[in-house]
Amino acid sequence: MKNEILPWLILFLPLFSAAAITLFTLRRKTVSSLISISAVVTGFVLTCLFLSANTFHPTVTETTVNWLTIGNLSIDFGLKLDALSLMMMLIVTGVGGAIHIYSYGYMHDDRSMARFFACMSLFTFSMLGIVLANNFVMMFIFWELVGVSSYLLIGFWFEKPSAGDAAKKAFITNRLGDFGFLLGILMVWSLLGSLNFGALNSIVTANSAALGCGATLAGLLIFCGAMGKSAQFPLHVWLPDAMEGPTPVSALIHAATMVAAGVYMLCRTFFLFEHSPEALHVIAYIGGFTALLAALMAIQQNDIKRIIAYSTLSQLGYMVMAVGLSGPTTAMFHLTTHAFFKALLFLSAGSVIIGMHHEQNIWQMGNLRKKMPLTFLTFFIGALALCGVPPFSGFYSKDAILALALEEKNYLLFGVALFVAALTTFYTFRLFFVVFFGQEKSKEASHAHESPLVITLPLVALAVLSVVGGFIGVTNFYGSQFGAKHASLTVMEQFTHPFHDVFPMACGIGAVVVGLFLAFKFYKNAATDPLPAKLGALARWMANRFYFDELYEATVIRFHDLLAQSSDWFDRWIIEGACIGLIRGGTDLSGRALRLVQTGNLQTYAFLFVFGVALLLYFVLVK
Amino acid sequence: MHIGLQHYLAVSMLLFCLGLLGVILRRNLLVIYMSLELMLNAANLALVSFSRFNNKLDGQVLVFFIITVAAAEVAVGLALIVALYRKRQSAHVEDLTSMKL
Repeated sequence: MKNEILPWLILFLPLFSAAAITLFTLRRKTVSSLISISAVVTGFVLTCLFLSANTFHPTVTETTVNWLTIGNLSIDFGLKLDALSLMMMLIVTGVGGAIHIYSYGYMHDDRSMARFFACMSLFTFSMLGIVLANNFVMMFIFWELVGVSSYLLIGFWFEKPSAGDAAKKAFITNRLGDFGFLLGILMVWSLLGSLNFGALNSIVTANSAALGCGATLAGLLIFCGAMGKSAQFPLHVWLPDAMEGPTPVSALIHAATMVAAGVYMLCRTFFLFEHSPEALHVIAYIGGFTALLAALMAIQQNDIKRIIAYSTLSQLGYMVMAVGLSGPTTAMFHLTTHAFFKALLFLSAGSVIIGMHHEQNIWQMGNLRKKMPLTFLTFFIGALALCGVPPFSGFYSKDAILALALEEKNYLLFGVALFVAALTTFYTFRLFFVVFFGQEKSKEASHAHESPLVITLPLVALAVLSVVGGFIGVTNFYGSQFGAKHASLTVMEQFTHPFHDVFPMACGIGAVVVGLFLAFKFYKNAATDPLPAKLGALARWMANRFYFDELYEATVIRFHDLLAQSSDWFDRWIIEGACIGLIRGGTDLSGRALRLVQTGNLQTYAFLFVFGVALLLYFVLVK
Repeated sequence: MHIGLQHYLAVSMLLFCLGLLGVILRRNLLVIYMSLELMLNAANLALVSFSRFNNKLDGQVLVFFIITVAAAEVAVGLALIVALYRKRQSAHVEDLTSMKL
């Protein structure tokens, strides 16, 4: 019985923390941050307790409270506890906890630190809500809450216009996707008559044709939601701009958790996609295309956070592709390892940014390995994991994706994934060499200093996870949810698992070597970027993100402006001018006419009065 | 010739009409005021004659009330006219049109 209360506690602790900070301690920085940190760390400890109490093999349980009943539609507020959600809870509270602690150091000099931690707590609450939701409506509500808290955090430094714009862009782009998501939810409800994941699963399993011809459409509409949250092409434009937020936000929301929510949602509702190969195909190709596009864009970026942001886009593309290739286990595996090493990379980048006194251009840095040895080491580990160098965690998950593409006989996507792996290594080590090697390229770089312990400790914790994340049983966990092909593997078996299938592994390692070699050749000791001279127009297109923002500016935004202008015209002239103006003008005119009666002359009034009396008498007496 | 009720009423009506014309046509506030009094007294005359010819005292009681009220009204009204004259240096109605918008 005691255990049933735990998930509720874990879910609501951050909300209480957010409320407490906003209501009581908004002026007290340290207290606020301690409340927020303790809420998420307690959540992590409780999750571990819950897992160990359930001997690491939790059965699927749901605890629900009826929330709303309209006619025969009944919506629960329920928590679904299975391998998938528990693992995600570990990521959200664990990685989130590390990032919260890091934020204490990173945001220490900020005036609005209390507000920052209130927003972070709100975000943790919403994210846990998505993870634990047992039905579509609840998930959608928390989905929107995540959008709101992301908006608040991207626009945290709202006095900068660019931050405000980025926040709006992120929110509006997400809303576009969410509109499709909502339509998908309604469609699933109208076709299957239920919104509960468990109930839907049993309906679809019992009758695979239950969705009928709506399966593809419903699947694609639901995917729209993931497209927005996980920043897949064509809604990918908001993620790089979201880097305007503080670096811990980029690490928590735009690398480890929120953008993973889309992939998580696809895996959670994977049973709906299983019967629609067309939808899965679209998902796989969009994922592959996003991975390729973002990797190309990353090559010519110069802002340290933006490079990592594009790399996040690219890795999200990998995950979505894995879902599309019917491999939710693989997708969730990559999501997990990515959460570790991408949070690590972002936090290390944040440490570099602090050391450089908020300079983010990599061409102003250089030779930082001497000045910031610990950050250098953790960044190196993160980079190796991201590129997929064995035996770091990224190697295992990326290899699983490559193997999956081969297994599904999708050679095109296999090639794309390989090419992207090479590009990933190239841009990661371009960043790495330029920032940490060569000559100091500015005064700040020569005066850089290592960050304090509160910042480096979370880095070390995440670095350890990035090293071992590939073989500590993550796949077993997800496999138990999605029906694994293998029995549970021991640590040693997982360690050597990729060697059973040598070809994809060899290709993957080959791609890494090629990327590393090229990066070494071009960027070892480079003072300026040699690529624009070599690639010409292509490099310009990459640096300008293939002009997607300009394209949207010219089409979607122009169209919206036109629409807004014409509605403004309609409002101004038709509604206000014709409708309201006529009534107002009529009243005004009759008022003016009646005013003439008021002459102000006493005797006129007296005469009219007498005239009226006479008339009255005439009518009463004579008629 | 026997003088009956209608003769009294005719006189009353003539007085009333004279008063009314005075109110409507005269320009001086004091004269208007006197014309008003004339109208009141026309009404008084009618009431008294009704009382006399119907052998009832109600009309005479009403007349006393009217005289009392008229006295009070004269006190207030004359005070107003004097105050107005002090303010405007004029007691002509054409000059008193500030009620006009």
